[in-house]
Amino acid sequence: MTHTGHRVRRQGRDVVFDAILYSICAVLLLIILYPLWFIVIASFSDPSAVAGGHVWVWPVGFTLDGYDELLKQPKVWLGYRNTIAYTVAGTLIGLAVNIPAAYALSRKDLWGRKGLMGLYVFTMFFSGGLIPIFLTVQQAGLYNTFWVLVLPFSVSAYNIIVARTFFETSLPPDLWDAAQIDGCGNLRFFFTMALPLSKAVISVIALWTAVGQWNSYFNALIYIRDENLYPLQLIMRNILITNQNFAALGTGEAAMIAMRRANLVRYAMIIIATVPIMCVYPFIQKYFDQGVMIGAVKG
Amino acid sequence: MQSTRYRSVRRITRNWGLYLLLLPSLVLLVMFAYKPMYGIIIAFKDYKNSLGIMGSPWSDPLLKNFMRFFNSFQCKTTIRNTLWLSLYSMLAGFPIPIMLALMINQITAKRFRKGFQTILYLPHFISTVVMVGLLLIWLSPSTGLIGTIYRMFGKEAPNLMGMASAFPSLYVWSDIWQHAGWDSIIFLAALSSIDPTLYEAATVDGASRWQKLCYIDLPLILPTACIMLILRAGNLMNVGFEKVFLMQNDLNMQTSEVIATYVYKMGLKNNQYAVSTAVNLFNNVINFVLLVLVNGVTRKLGDTSLW
Repeated sequence: MTHTGHRVRRQGRDVVFDAILYSICAVLLLIILYPLWFIVIASFSDPSAVAGGHVWVWPVGFTLDGYDELLKQPKVWLGYRNTIAYTVAGTLIGLAVNIPAAYALSRKDLWGRKGLMGLYVFTMFFSGGLIPIFLTVQQAGLYNTFWVLVLPFSVSAYNIIVARTFFETSLPPDLWDAAQIDGCGNLRFFFTMALPLSKAVISVIALWTAVGQWNSYFNALIYIRDENLYPLQLIMRNILITNQNFAALGTGEAAMIAMRRANLVRYAMIIIATVPIMCVYPFIQKYFDQGVMIGAVKG
Repeated sequence: MQSTRYRSVRRITRNWGLYLLLLPSLVLLVMFAYKPMYGIIIAFKDYKNSLGIMGSPWSDPLLKNFMRFFNSFQCKTTIRNTLWLSLYSMLAGFPIPIMLALMINQITAKRFRKGFQTILYLPHFISTVVMVGLLLIWLSPSTGLIGTIYRMFGKEAPNLMGMASAFPSLYVWSDIWQHAGWDSIIFLAALSSIDPTLYEAATVDGASRWQKLCYIDLPLILPTACIMLILRAGNLMNVGFEKVFLMQNDLNMQTSEVIATYVYKMGLKNNQYAVSTAVNLFNNVINFVLLVLVNGVTRKLGDTSLW
């Protein structure tokens, strides 16, 4: 009797616990999703309905004007094309530079391994600073070129640590010993054995690099002057942020209407720039998680 | 002596392939990470572009460029803003990922849990430019969400993006909105490594889920939490340029000017290379010292350290 009483009370406590837990979850989901959903519906809505506060759950006065106006601008297409090129090139170079280095540094018989590793890690914590780096890039003749966004800063100590940890923990050392006896050299072993066995870590690093490239604007802001080389993020900065400050200064009916139309273009801009990442994200999320776990082993 | 040198030479020549694999990254590292470090001496020179780094005369007194910053009226504000922004981020942004991880860990419905995590991590992948664009849209007093909400109560919304007093909170809380979910992954990993027999024993003893959370989960992720907190403390003088720069405008400059934005403006807008490099160096050195100190502390506390 008392035993069942205990169990009932315990279940009662757990029900209350679950109720609180799931309500907090619901609130959090709302806090994250609603502001994003608002941009989606606002991008399809009549701008005056948005400004009047009539748009809450579904688009009001459905329109594609924002997208229409945005896609008419050649610089948006150009930015999109450039960003794709930067992302592809940056990812390939990033992999070509970091993965081989990580493999070499994972080998315990590499002479000078500790010192070399220190050379990479040190750059995570200390740098020459903005101006010295700027002058170096300029001197190398990379200022205002395509390559400045994909080549000089492609070495990532963090990615090397992650990949190195993976090689150390998942490539059995016997494998190299056996290959060596069969007369297999380091390079052949790396390309024909180590690489095919490391698809997991390669995809993690590729995805990190790709998302980083897609989203970055700082290097372009500093090193790119030619508008034909602008990545999407920089064009977006001008549309979303720089112009906004000017728009806010205008008053009167005409300024108001212009501002609302400009806002419509902004909503569309956000959707267009973010959709590619949001579309692939759910499929690649597990790789990202894994990457964080691998990195956490020795962060 | 002779034989050890012979042995290391042999170890190098035998593994020449490995050095070949290292070569591309080493070249880039030397060219674009280490070579600029030599450029730091600009901070101690009266730098003229036409004379180059070596040709420019040493500044007299040697610390002239540093003194110019320390004596300027922006010095106190930029240092104060930098410290306050990172301290605020640290204090507000630290407990939330832990709470999220504890919560996610309690969700028993597998599919809901997965979906919840996916959505929680989602904002992490939004670019900084879009994030600041979103802030401007939501917070626009005339057309944004906040304007609508204020008008429902018959009030005029303030222009938060133009308020110096609102800037730190906007910066910190939008960061939390964007990254807290993602930051919880590391704590989830710590939680998943807890020995399940502890929970079984607690169940036998009649502990409720809340009690298990308080007396098993919380104490067992405390070491991870400590290390994360200390690591953050090592970055105290390191406020990222990207977001602050985008959120900055003439109206909120008083609280939004940080060392990173000051270095950028001094250097690339005003072409004061030497002063900019000096301020940058001052900041980097403090950061580095903090990090070494913090690493020493973590090493004392446990077996986890950065190097």
